[in-house]
Amino acid sequence: MNFIAFIYEHHAEILTSLLKHIYLVVFSVAIGILFSIPAGILLSRHKKTAEKILAVVGIVQTIPGLVMLGLALILFGVGNTPALVVLSVYSVLPILRNTYTGLTEVQPGLIEAGRGLGMTSTQLLFRVELPLAVPSIISGIRISTVYIVSWAALAGLIGAGGLGDLIWTGLSTYNTNYILAGAIPSAVLAFLFSGLIGGILRFVTPRGLRGNAA
Amino acid sequence: MITFKNVSKSYGRQIVLDDISFEIKQGEFVVLIGPSGCGKTTTLKMINRLIEPDSGEIYINGTNIMKKNPVELRRSIGYVIQQIGLFPNMTVEQNIAVVPKLLKYPKERWKAIVRELLELVNLPYEENAHKYPSELSGGQQQRIGVLRALAASPPIVLMDEPFGALDPITRECLQEEVKKIQKKLKKTIVFVTHDMEEALKMADTIIFMNKGKIVQMASPEEMLRNPADNIVREFMGRHIRDGETPELYAEDVMRTRVLKVPKTLRALECIDRMDRWEVNSVVVVNDDETYAGTVSLERIQKQGKPGQGIGELISQETPTVSRHSKAQDIFDQLLKSPCKYLVVLNDDRTVAGIVTRTSMTKAVGRFFWGAEVS
Repeated sequence: MNFIAFIYEHHAEILTSLLKHIYLVVFSVAIGILFSIPAGILLSRHKKTAEKILAVVGIVQTIPGLVMLGLALILFGVGNTPALVVLSVYSVLPILRNTYTGLTEVQPGLIEAGRGLGMTSTQLLFRVELPLAVPSIISGIRISTVYIVSWAALAGLIGAGGLGDLIWTGLSTYNTNYILAGAIPSAVLAFLFSGLIGGILRFVTPRGLRGNAA
Repeated sequence: MITFKNVSKSYGRQIVLDDISFEIKQGEFVVLIGPSGCGKTTTLKMINRLIEPDSGEIYINGTNIMKKNPVELRRSIGYVIQQIGLFPNMTVEQNIAVVPKLLKYPKERWKAIVRELLELVNLPYEENAHKYPSELSGGQQQRIGVLRALAASPPIVLMDEPFGALDPITRECLQEEVKKIQKKLKKTIVFVTHDMEEALKMADTIIFMNKGKIVQMASPEEMLRNPADNIVREFMGRHIRDGETPELYAEDVMRTRVLKVPKTLRALECIDRMDRWEVNSVVVVNDDETYAGTVSLERIQKQGKPGQGIGELISQETPTVSRHSKAQDIFDQLLKSPCKYLVVLNDDRTVAGIVTRTSMTKAVGRFFWGAEVS
């Protein structure tokens, strides 16, 4: 059977998997963002402990995805929950690290100027530090998203669905069409997400910073 | 107005300030100066509590500042920091309005303040208010830094080596502007520098510090006349007049950093360069670097066409002198001539420099205070 015909025949299945994949990515990156940005802000206020915590998070990141999925399977059973937990954990590090770096790399002179002009630390954070860190934070989200698009393919293994399902089916039945029907959309998805976030990055970068950031 | 009483500060074993006491009067321009690590910046930052003393008290208008809320205290004191104090994510207008906004001024009021302040330094509101700091020259940026410190009309303004990173010409302009603004608005200014020339020029009172102590607190004249010790003398060395005054020639009173442009340069590009140098007239040279004449911004604007070379706009009105002419003759010529400067030529008719009233004044300063290189 040629590939086009295959797609035509299975388009409903492919579409469902694609939507599920997008759902897995968006949901886990959203969790990652909600956790990492506040955590990054907190870490930037405690630089000494920050390096240690980032090192630990970095080590967690190196645990192979399969092992993590196995652990999650034991803890949460089969289905969506373990996949979302694992993917969220993996989405944390790039955003956390970039939030932290973005905030700590704000020039000390600007912080001093802000304090010297009478900003409280909250005002300093929201009016100076965060706006200046935004490009770095968004880059972190971009790295994380592209990363999670590929990790999410593994989620098919524990019954969470997504494009991974198609790939695993293809691999276990030696059906190239299934593999391609899963792999090509994931690759395209990664490009699209990266492009989209790149667009957002350009849009939210303060005009005064464009040209030397991003 | 500002009183330090037995203020001390140390970091670990290192004593930064050792039992400092002094008083600054209202409307005074006080310059803190001394070798690096002498405690001048620490002293300055104590006034707005960016650094707090270990012992001793600081009073502003009779109130102990340690009893005030630091955030409110800082909003009531202007602060200009070294180099890059402007927030790059905010426009010029937003930068200037930082403190008025923190103080919750209504929008019309802070807009009016921004407009008024920009006018004060001849930067038209329409052209500049919505630019970002990265779109401004270094000199313009620091001008905005000064305006930001003035925005909520604080009676006291602190300046921490504000002009250290600027080129000499821009620095001179800004020094004059700040001095003018200070007199006009009657501010009390505390200014940190390590440049004695700057201190002598700006200060009503100079506080000379070394190793955390005040060595001498005096007017510039008094300090020049009676330096308290050898360190002060050394710092002022080149400004103190000693012995015979030499005969001065054009080459001694000219400025060598001059914008020279080729005859073939296009009018628009010429305007652009003048803009960057913040000058309104340039020296034009032939292909072999010999002097061709001068061109003023006014002339280009009136008679120039875009894309046209400046060759046809050259004027011969600016007087020229040889680098061996006597300074005294040049002085007379400069005062009589309607031109703002004279061009000094080498023997081969290439341009050696220009003599402006400022470069002349500096030379007169040297004449009185001894050799100085700038």
